[in-house]
Amino acid sequence: MINHAEAAEKFNRDEEHVNWHDKSLWLVRQKRDAAAAHFKGWEELRNLASEIKTHTLSKLDQYLIEFEEQAIKNGAKVHWAENADEHNKIVFEILSKHGAEKIVKSKSMLTEECGLNHYLEGKGIEVVDTDLGERIVQLAKEPPSHIVMPAIHKKRKEIDELFHQHLKTELSGGDEVYLARAAREHLRQKFLNADAALTGANFAVAESGTIVVCTNEGNADMGVHSTKLHIASMGIEKIIPRKEHLAIFLRLLARSATGQSITSYTSHYRSPKPGGEFHIIIVDNGRTTQLGRTEFRNSLKCIRCGACMNTCPVYRRSGGHSYGSTIPGPIGSILSPGINLNDYNSLPFASSLCGSCSDVCPVKIDIHTELYKWRQVITKDLNKNKFKKIIMLDSGFIFSHPLLFKLSGRVVNSSLKIMPEFLKNNMIKAWTRKRELPRAPEYSFQQWYKKNRE
Amino acid sequence: MLVGLFIPCYVNQFYPQVGIATLQLLEKQGLKVEYPVNQTCCGQPMANSGFEKDAIKTYKLFVKNFNRYDYIVAPSGSCVYHVKKHFDIIEQTEEVKKVRSSIFEISEFLLKVLDKDEFNSYFPYKVGLHQSCHGLRGLNLGKPSEIIDESFSITKKLLSNVKGIELVQLDREDECCGFGGTFAVTEEAVSVKMGIDRINDHLNHKAEVITATDMSCLMHLDGIIRRRNLQIKIKHITEILNSMEK
Ligand code: SF4
Repeated sequence: MINHAEAAEKFNRDEEHVNWHDKSLWLVRQKRDAAAAHFKGWEELRNLASEIKTHTLSKLDQYLIEFEEQAIKNGAKVHWAENADEHNKIVFEILSKHGAEKIVKSKSMLTEECGLNHYLEGKGIEVVDTDLGERIVQLAKEPPSHIVMPAIHKKRKEIDELFHQHLKTELSGGDEVYLARAAREHLRQKFLNADAALTGANFAVAESGTIVVCTNEGNADMGVHSTKLHIASMGIEKIIPRKEHLAIFLRLLARSATGQSITSYTSHYRSPKPGGEFHIIIVDNGRTTQLGRTEFRNSLKCIRCGACMNTCPVYRRSGGHSYGSTIPGPIGSILSPGINLNDYNSLPFASSLCGSCSDVCPVKIDIHTELYKWRQVITKDLNKNKFKKIIMLDSGFIFSHPLLFKLSGRVVNSSLKIMPEFLKNNMIKAWTRKRELPRAPEYSFQQWYKKNRE
Repeated sequence: MLVGLFIPCYVNQFYPQVGIATLQLLEKQGLKVEYPVNQTCCGQPMANSGFEKDAIKTYKLFVKNFNRYDYIVAPSGSCVYHVKKHFDIIEQTEEVKKVRSSIFEISEFLLKVLDKDEFNSYFPYKVGLHQSCHGLRGLNLGKPSEIIDESFSITKKLLSNVKGIELVQLDREDECCGFGGTFAVTEEAVSVKMGIDRINDHLNHKAEVITATDMSCLMHLDGIIRRRNLQIKIKHITEILNSMEK
């Protein structure tokens, strides 16, 4: 069970680091702002994208079938996986059939979600993440802390040491050119010796059966071009109906993610190369359940741009790992409880509900409202939240009874002097560790009003 | 026009001067204002903590207390937003609908309903405006920085007409202060850090006073300011608008 507040508290013990983390991500948010402002009709683009997604989700079954038919026509082999386990097994079967033992993988949050690396490694297969950020966290044996910038929590010096240890580079004091060159050398060898390439999918176009992958390093292409076997894993929600819709989503994705007008590489995969094979695995893993929950359905519109993380004042100050889930940040806090409510029930509370995420989201998911709704669902589970429940019920009772409210106001004023109604017992402790309580005035507004106006 | 005054529970208890400033500002506009003395809370503290079902009684009491007014005005964007947005879980009777559509945050009421932006106010200080999230993003009191559109701000407009005031430009003009209701205590570490960062932004730009549409944000910030003995004060926007040259 993840306790976000506890993990966030640990992260905050190093204030310098928090400041650095906050600023790095804020910079990305600012780049996004500039790129979006530069684009004429940004808000209209968001509306369009959101509506296309609404439409697509309402006819997802039909579009998935259309996609499958087209993909098969193109010569691809299509597989369906109900959950992570099935997905991993399918991948392994395909690999075994080809005797593939060395795999290069471009960024795919879905395979993270399925725990694919771990599974394949257990079967003696070498999996190399080829996105630089992902390779860094892979070497460090850590999960990604961000969906677009997986190693954003790592400083250059740490990477320097990591490369020194694993890639036998000289310690360079964090020389980025030197480190990037070393990574390139290292990855090139991996590409050349690979037996198969795995990719994710940013979009899957129903009318053409195409998988579209966006990268800045060209690593998806490097993998696919250097091997004969390509396996692409996609969640069912990656579908968009038509090619022309890419014009909307690609524009939104790159700008929202990093402030670029387009990613350096936008690869369209359609057919296997001559003599090769192209497999597409379509994965559910809890998505249809989320689709069935009307109040959380919109979370499936997500195009994984990461903008809600960059803008989130809590994410920036607690770090991606504090969420303990594959997708961190505001959107992760909606998706993860959908997968496992018990483990992730603290995440919807890891938000001040400021709403910045909803305003930045390119597909207009009402993120903070969904967080609010999760809270209502979670607290129904009495036992696990007994403590909170008692406190809140108490004040709920007081607030709805004017007389009691007044009485308690007097009691509070005279005994403890100062205490907002919602801060009781040890909640007071949490408030006063680094903050003063408000001073008790001589009279309440109500007393003043009665004396001066009635 | 009969106006019902809603004073959030913690403002009533801890910041009576904000209630008084709000009342006086409204009265100065020639309005008849009543404060229903049986009022309690809008229910937000419970609902945001995930107990909206337990807040239903509070919602109903709110409607009972306020449905007879032409307008309901409150010195809190957050409470107003809560009534407008989240009173949807009770039966939508005529009274409920009326309450939800006639409740206004004070600055919006002054500018949009009364069409007034000049109150003969005087406040000769450097002021930093903290744009409380629920007012900004929930009630559209201004354009949030994420939205790409022409910029506007009701609160800035009102403050800019105050004599003697100097509004400072912040680095992050609408980042959350980290109060967030129970978030302030359940996520104490991040909440406090967010508060510190906000205050520093104001201090770095030499603000002497931080103002906002929500006293809850200011209560949180002031808690940090006083603990750290920082040289900056808090004032609710109504206190500034109601200040006169002596
Ligand atoms: S929820 Fe919206 S902002 Fe967040 S990653 Fe998904 S698309 Fe981007």
